[in-house]
Amino acid sequence: MDPPHSLFFFRTEPPMSPILRLLLRRLGISVIVLIGVSMLIFVIARIIPGDPARIALGPNANAEQIANLRAEMHLDDSLPVQYANFVVDVLRGDLGTSLYTNRPVTLDIAQFLPATLELVLLAGIIMVGVGLPLGILAARHRNRWPDHLVRILSLLTVSAPSFVWAVILMLLFAFYLPLFPVAGRISDVYEIERVTGFLTIDALLMADLAVFADALHHLILPAVALSLSGIGQAARLTRANMAETYEKPYIEMAQAFGFFPNRIARIWAFKPSLIPSLTIIGLDFAAMLGNAFLVEAVFAWPGLSRYGVNVILRKDLNAIMGTVLIIALTFLIVNIIVDLLIALLNPRIRHSTRGGEA
Amino acid sequence: MIRTILVLTRNPLSLLGLILVGLVIVAAVFAPWLAPYPTHNGAVVDFLNNNRAPSAQNWMGTDLVGRDIFSRILYAYQISLTLGVVVLVIATPIGTIIGLLAGYVGGWVEAVLMRVVDVFLSIPPLVLAIAMMGVLEPTLTNAMLAVTAMWWPWYARLVYAIARSEREEGYVLAAEVIGAGTPHIAFREILPNCLPAIITKMTLDMGFVIIIASSLSFLGLGVQPPTPDLGSMVAEGARYLPDSWWLTVFPGLAILIAVFGFNLLGDGLREVLEIDG
Repeated sequence: MDPPHSLFFFRTEPPMSPILRLLLRRLGISVIVLIGVSMLIFVIARIIPGDPARIALGPNANAEQIANLRAEMHLDDSLPVQYANFVVDVLRGDLGTSLYTNRPVTLDIAQFLPATLELVLLAGIIMVGVGLPLGILAARHRNRWPDHLVRILSLLTVSAPSFVWAVILMLLFAFYLPLFPVAGRISDVYEIERVTGFLTIDALLMADLAVFADALHHLILPAVALSLSGIGQAARLTRANMAETYEKPYIEMAQAFGFFPNRIARIWAFKPSLIPSLTIIGLDFAAMLGNAFLVEAVFAWPGLSRYGVNVILRKDLNAIMGTVLIIALTFLIVNIIVDLLIALLNPRIRHSTRGGEA
Repeated sequence: MIRTILVLTRNPLSLLGLILVGLVIVAAVFAPWLAPYPTHNGAVVDFLNNNRAPSAQNWMGTDLVGRDIFSRILYAYQISLTLGVVVLVIATPIGTIIGLLAGYVGGWVEAVLMRVVDVFLSIPPLVLAIAMMGVLEPTLTNAMLAVTAMWWPWYARLVYAIARSEREEGYVLAAEVIGAGTPHIAFREILPNCLPAIITKMTLDMGFVIIIASSLSFLGLGVQPPTPDLGSMVAEGARYLPDSWWLTVFPGLAILIAVFGFNLLGDGLREVLEIDG
């Protein structure tokens, strides 16, 4: 039988904040998922393609060279032993050496990841900053022209891959109307001292506004191209959730009390609708990590995705596994942050004693 | 079925979707007869006419080796639609069965299956497909395989959510009391209630599969030349912007039109069939 602590005002266990409890639970699940992801990546990289040593050395290698590399890569061990080795190496922070750059994969990733994250973060900010207000606008004018317009716009933006938007935006706003630079992260005239790898932040650390403006100028077009389909999704979702909330009796009551529509939208309709939207926005954010591959290719953006495509075209297994693992890890972290945000926003979770169940 | 289509045509946006999807299907099926230059789907070279701007002879211009872009777009639709249909025909039943089992049977089956689904869903779909294509040879079959491998979990999750809420419903309890077996309840009782959601998702996903497949070939990891593919056509032309804009703009718009059609149709279906989410 459960101890009857809910009947009395004391607890039999030390109190723990529901947020902390949720965080611990999410971390636990994430570890399980990460183990699964590492197995999946291992399976893709080791079982499907045949002999990694032969692939690494190319078609002209002789049997002796292949045998040497197999021994060096521990490929003659059984698969479970290989997997265990892989996990131990990963835990030690060793993702192996890239056959493409001849450097440790971790160094390569550390060099290229910030450029991608910077792009994805700005795209995420644009997605939320434009998508949510559009959704709110549509929900407030349900079944009138702003709603129809937002619906068509959002269906249109999700209907093309981001490389098509990248090409169209580049053509319109870099070539025909030369408002933005065509490619790259920064103009050649500037030197940046690398601290975080985020050029905008590094520029601010140098207290050089001209460099900051230049880096931001380069960021805008790719970030907008990357965010377009996310904007559509966020707007549709917010509109759908808010339209549902508008049917609730407490909205009718607020309207009967004569509160201004703006106030009703902001306080009673938007806040409860934000919570289900956030989960999907987290997923969209993750999808951007994948779509960054496409946008970076168009804008010659020196990020992780371009590195990823290069190593894939060269069948560089260590680098492929490392890149996918890092992206999955980033995705999991984003999801945990989203879950915590939801918990902070949702009083039912924030104040619950059980924690975690939404 | 016919009633649903009739209701759809009353909404102008859904009607537009129906028309666009119809046009794309007709273009793909009848490409050999519709294309002004039906031989241009292969490795044809006509350097006298290469890189021509749109004209009366070539409505959308010609590519770098002189092939008619309009003809190649029609053939590229064949590839896109085939890929979409094959992926959905394989991924949907797999995902549906797994979702039904996890949702109805519950217990450790549910725990194990849904954790596996979580693993697949925790890598951005495009990244998983790119990683698989990275180790596989870039062919149409492998592209289908890679996209299918990342697609089934979404159906598993969709069907799982419905099945889990349906298993408490009266009609399921009634069937259990009568003594119906698990397969009967899963496939005959619960599955029919999942079908509207599945069909709607398939319509919307047709567009997404086209997007993912064209993204793979845009990166050079999908269908290989000389087979026409919308993604690789955009990639090829992107280097020649802004002068030879027709090389990228028309294939890009071709993707947009096809996917927009499927999205409008799926969105209309969702409203008619009253499906949330």
